[in-house]
Amino acid sequence: MLSCEEASRLLSEKQERKLSLKESAELGLHLTICSGCRQLDKQFSNLRSMIRSSKDHDEKSSK
Amino acid sequence: MVHPQLDDSSSNLPPANDLAEIRSDMLAFAKNQLNDADQAEDAVQEALVGALKNASSFNQRSSLKTWMFAILKYKIADTLRKRYRDPVLESETSCKDCDSSSDNLFDERGHWQSDAKPKNWGNTHKLVDDQDFWKVFDLCLNQLPGEQARVFMMREYIELTSHEICETLNLTTSNLHVLLYRARMRLRTCLSSNWFEQ
Repeated sequence: MLSCEEASRLLSEKQERKLSLKESAELGLHLTICSGCRQLDKQFSNLRSMIRSSKDHDEKSSK
Repeated sequence: MVHPQLDDSSSNLPPANDLAEIRSDMLAFAKNQLNDADQAEDAVQEALVGALKNASSFNQRSSLKTWMFAILKYKIADTLRKRYRDPVLESETSCKDCDSSSDNLFDERGHWQSDAKPKNWGNTHKLVDDQDFWKVFDLCLNQLPGEQARVFMMREYIELTSHEICETLNLTTSNLHVLLYRARMRLRTCLSSNWFEQ
């Protein structure tokens, strides 16, 4: 069973590369039982999407 | 440096005020990326010259700012590439932050410390327009160690691929992943305590 620390590393790596089948399975299992890591998963995705939308916004609002 | 040949077709450029504003945005961005005021000035200058030189081919439908930032990002990547390929100038290729211990977010069994456990951020879509949020965001970003901030911005803002960043900074993939992990963790911790859980 993954610890939260190990799961958090995989959640960051998931933004960089496709996880192996084993990693995905272990991470998926951990997330079913850990609300903190589920929130972290969302936060990492939110960080990326907020930055991307703010850029689109900057570009649209400028002349 | 080649000086741009500006003909009268440059009259379709935006007013000087707008250019000055874009320039100041570009400079702030470049300083954040390069952490060196002189190199930032140079990169912005080269990007402006490059952009104005090609002003006649500028497509009205795309924004001038987008176009200038695209050139600036290219210049910044170029500057970083030169910097990190020169071992005399920089020794950061050894990845200073890679070995440091994590910030006490986890207990000895690797579980979240009770005060560090991530909480729901709620709906983040509306924050894109919230100037106050981005001020806090910038503060948090500025608190990251330089190398972490740099790779995070290259990855998330310039949207270089992992491969491109590793090539540019001469990092191994696993070093890069550790730096990005630490940057994301610190950033989310800072945002949580200074915005989301205020």
